[in-house]
Amino acid sequence: MERDDPVSLSVEPMISVRDLHVKYGATEILHGVSFDVRRGETLVIMGGSGSGKSTLVRTLIGLEKPSSGHVLIKGKDVAAIGEAELDEVRKRIGMSFQGGALFGSMTVGENVGLPLREHTKLEDSTIEIMVRLKLEQVGLEGFEYYMPSQLSGGMRKRAAVARALAMDPEILFFDEPSAGLDPIIAAGIDQLILELKRAFHMTILVVTHELASAFLIADRIVLIDRGNIVAIGTIAEMQSSTQPRVRQFLDRVPETETAKESDYLRALTEERKLGRA
Amino acid sequence: MELASQIGGSVTDGLSYIGSLASLGGRAARDIFIGPFHGKPLRLRRAVSQAMDVGVRALPILSLITFFIGLILALQSAYELRRFGAVNYVAATVAISMTRELGPLITAIVVIGRSGSSFAAEIGTMRVSEEIDALETMAISPVDFLVAPKLIAMIVMLPCLTIWANAMGILGGSVFGVWQAGFTFVRYVQVSVDALILRDITTGLIKSVMFGATITAVGCLEGLSTGAGAEQVGRSTTAAVVKSIFLVVLEDLVFTALFFFVGTP
Repeated sequence: MERDDPVSLSVEPMISVRDLHVKYGATEILHGVSFDVRRGETLVIMGGSGSGKSTLVRTLIGLEKPSSGHVLIKGKDVAAIGEAELDEVRKRIGMSFQGGALFGSMTVGENVGLPLREHTKLEDSTIEIMVRLKLEQVGLEGFEYYMPSQLSGGMRKRAAVARALAMDPEILFFDEPSAGLDPIIAAGIDQLILELKRAFHMTILVVTHELASAFLIADRIVLIDRGNIVAIGTIAEMQSSTQPRVRQFLDRVPETETAKESDYLRALTEERKLGRA
Repeated sequence: MELASQIGGSVTDGLSYIGSLASLGGRAARDIFIGPFHGKPLRLRRAVSQAMDVGVRALPILSLITFFIGLILALQSAYELRRFGAVNYVAATVAISMTRELGPLITAIVVIGRSGSSFAAEIGTMRVSEEIDALETMAISPVDFLVAPKLIAMIVMLPCLTIWANAMGILGGSVFGVWQAGFTFVRYVQVSVDALILRDITTGLIKSVMFGATITAVGCLEGLSTGAGAEQVGRSTTAAVVKSIFLVVLEDLVFTALFFFVGTP
């Protein structure tokens, strides 16, 4: 198959990020990040809390504007194109948010069918069938008439994945797929991601801080720390890495707490000064 | 110097806030009036369900309040009119002050309390739980999807509610009229209707359309600009109510002055 051919992999990346800087107010969150996501691979972005990984994925789907740098999705720069063109790109991607982000006033079925109803001219009966299929894919058949509030955390996340799959996207994003779930349910979501990858050869980008989950689903891992990429590589490359920051993350060594308060205070006052200026 | 710069700061803040309101309202209006010609169907089903919420469900409380207001108006004006032996002017006084001023204003304030706050809370909660982000990621414009149906509902329902409020106010006044001023009920209503000219009613309705647009824009803007965290939703809701009341009163002043100076025959 063409997408498994190593040459075509290296030629046309699905997503390519170049020297990306993102600021919230005066504080820079990402300091020049560059990497590629190849067609059909599962890339896991790992990092601790506050490392900027969520900001990174939000920038990739155009929810945050970078202060400089480029995000190319299938060759289109999401930061530079207009609203209409960005919408066209967005119809080709699916995103599963951390808390699911299902619309509370609609049933699960209406949630999943919403993108279809908005962007296609399909008959209601066709949409109903497609919704049932998508729910089946995520193991939620028969739940289309439930309200999101009646579902458990894991089911809500599955429903969100079904909604992300509605338009048959080429790229699927996951923000913390296992956050707030017990280990068994979280393993179920990992399994679901693996199945999607196997069945549809989708390009999948997952943001997580769960080591076990990352090692299970990833083709390659990007480790990000305080807004910089520390390492990119396959699971084996990561495990054999001797870089201190990578080792610390993988071996779960706690941060040494010395001189932290003064650092924190200085960062805070600097932020204030910048904010004033 | 410090004071001057503070005043300047608040003025520019206020103006930029009004600018963002106008921009949000304008985008929603474009989706309503121009969108359908570009093959984007109106979300009438959502608008109707909003109209039920904004309009029909507000009727009981609005009726009660404006009935009392009409009665209070009658009592207060009779207090002064009595000294001139002109108690029978009560009917005209109540009818004119309800339709020109209090009907639209009280309706707007009731709707701010019921719907302006709930717009901010609903959209604010959606913002906090990433539902607004989800809409954008699905290439669905939150303005088109959320704000436009609310705007349609508001600018249709507020004038309707205002007409109803006017009627209830006159009904409230009639209680005093029949009880203390020697009217029969039919006579009271007749005198009220005779006292009104069409202008009184239309100026009130023009105001109510503007109030409806303002309440929607403020509620939705506050909701959309909610920060992170649940307590921010509460803050947006409060801000929506306070700012809406202020802006509605300000608009009322502007329009009343306009009708006074421009429209006097």
